[in-house]
Amino acid sequence: MSNISRRKLITTGLVATAGVAGLATASRLALNYGLIPPDSGSLYGPGETLTYAAQRLLTRHSLAREFPRSMISKVPFANETAPPNEAFKRHQAAGFSDWRLTVDGMVARPASLSLSDLKTFPVHNQITEVVCEEGWSYIAEWIGTPLVNVLNAIGVLPQARYIVYFSIEPDWWESIDMADALHPQTFLTMGMNDGDLPVSFGGPLRLRVPRQLGYKSVKYITRITATDSLKRFGKGLGSASPEAGYAWYAGI
Amino acid sequence: MISFLALLTTGVEIVISHPRFYWGETGNSGTAPLFKIPIPSSRDTVPTGYNYVMPDQNGWSRYLHFEAAWVLVLTGFVYVVAGLCTAHFRRNLLPPPAERKWRALLEVFKNYLRRAPPNAAESHSYNVVQRTAYLSVIFVLFPLVIWTGLALSPAFDSAVPAAVNLLGGRQSARTLHFFISGFLVAFLVVHITMIVLAGFWQRVTAMITGRVATHLERT
Repeated sequence: MSNISRRKLITTGLVATAGVAGLATASRLALNYGLIPPDSGSLYGPGETLTYAAQRLLTRHSLAREFPRSMISKVPFANETAPPNEAFKRHQAAGFSDWRLTVDGMVARPASLSLSDLKTFPVHNQITEVVCEEGWSYIAEWIGTPLVNVLNAIGVLPQARYIVYFSIEPDWWESIDMADALHPQTFLTMGMNDGDLPVSFGGPLRLRVPRQLGYKSVKYITRITATDSLKRFGKGLGSASPEAGYAWYAGI
Repeated sequence: MISFLALLTTGVEIVISHPRFYWGETGNSGTAPLFKIPIPSSRDTVPTGYNYVMPDQNGWSRYLHFEAAWVLVLTGFVYVVAGLCTAHFRRNLLPPPAERKWRALLEVFKNYLRRAPPNAAESHSYNVVQRTAYLSVIFVLFPLVIWTGLALSPAFDSAVPAAVNLLGGRQSARTLHFFISGFLVAFLVVHITMIVLAGFWQRVTAMITGRVATHLERT
């Protein structure tokens, strides 16, 4: 073996120290700027943190691709859901006239909104692709109101960092950070392809998050809550997906 | 190597959840595929024709796929920067001008088929076929597999729409990602076969230390 020179030893030592210090600074900065995902505690935490941090720096305001009307899929694919529970069936029988969206948590004016209340907000449409983690996709027109309109109306407090949203079906809930919650394409969706949103596609109310995989777009939304920490929800991993082994951040 | 195998295994697991491939922007179980892989799927929504649903391995597979991709990309980046700085690519991988001919490539293949022992130059450096293969893997296949992989990220596409549009759409990107991964696997299989034929421990020692115990020393 060749001798390691003193200079080399000192240089290596300095580089290693700088590396450790750099990593420590980076993780502190990442924590301060909200670049660490809630499911970063596992073996896959470093990879998830790199992905989430890189994308938050790159995509905070970017818009999901929108498509011309001619590209709307003739055959959209309604992914299977568990059979609806009794509460849902009762709403369905009543034509969803009593469906309520509760908005609470860190907001100035908690509210319980009916579908017709939601329809008083400005209606927007977007032709975007639904992308499933399995690999398939389809394009549809989605009609609704940007979530940001509702959040502004009820006055989300500045310390809120995440929006957690729940389906009427048990154990089906997700959360997104404020970058996605305030994003103009994140819709409270009530219509699809010029008609009402069909039940198989999440009707009467689905939160569409087009910059993330389909599983973040939870169907049958009944409650939205603003929070500064995801620790108090479920197992504290951010949403039901990490509890089932799937990543919280699904922008990939 | 470890991250490549991790990417391969988890990539296969993810394909199992939808073993159908399409061309263009969209594609799903309701549309005609470009081709199908004849295996049961891990989802009962995929009409495979088999009355069997494979166990779902997508959760950890996806976590590991992306983490391994980071490891591979970051080490690859260090390797390419180091290779450029030390002129490794120019000196050891770029074929010398005299050998940039089809005839030179054919000559090497003939020697392989004759199972001729490597000449003195070859035991210390790469021949023109090896050089071409390595350069293609480093500067063509790896950049392409990274590009097609990134094009599958809906958030990345929102920032860089051209990444997916230039490939002809999301499903085209997925199909290309599958084939390019296949080429990389083919390279790996041939590469390892050749190493085994050439003497596994001798070659692996050479790779790690950069030194070759010459035949003269050994005999």
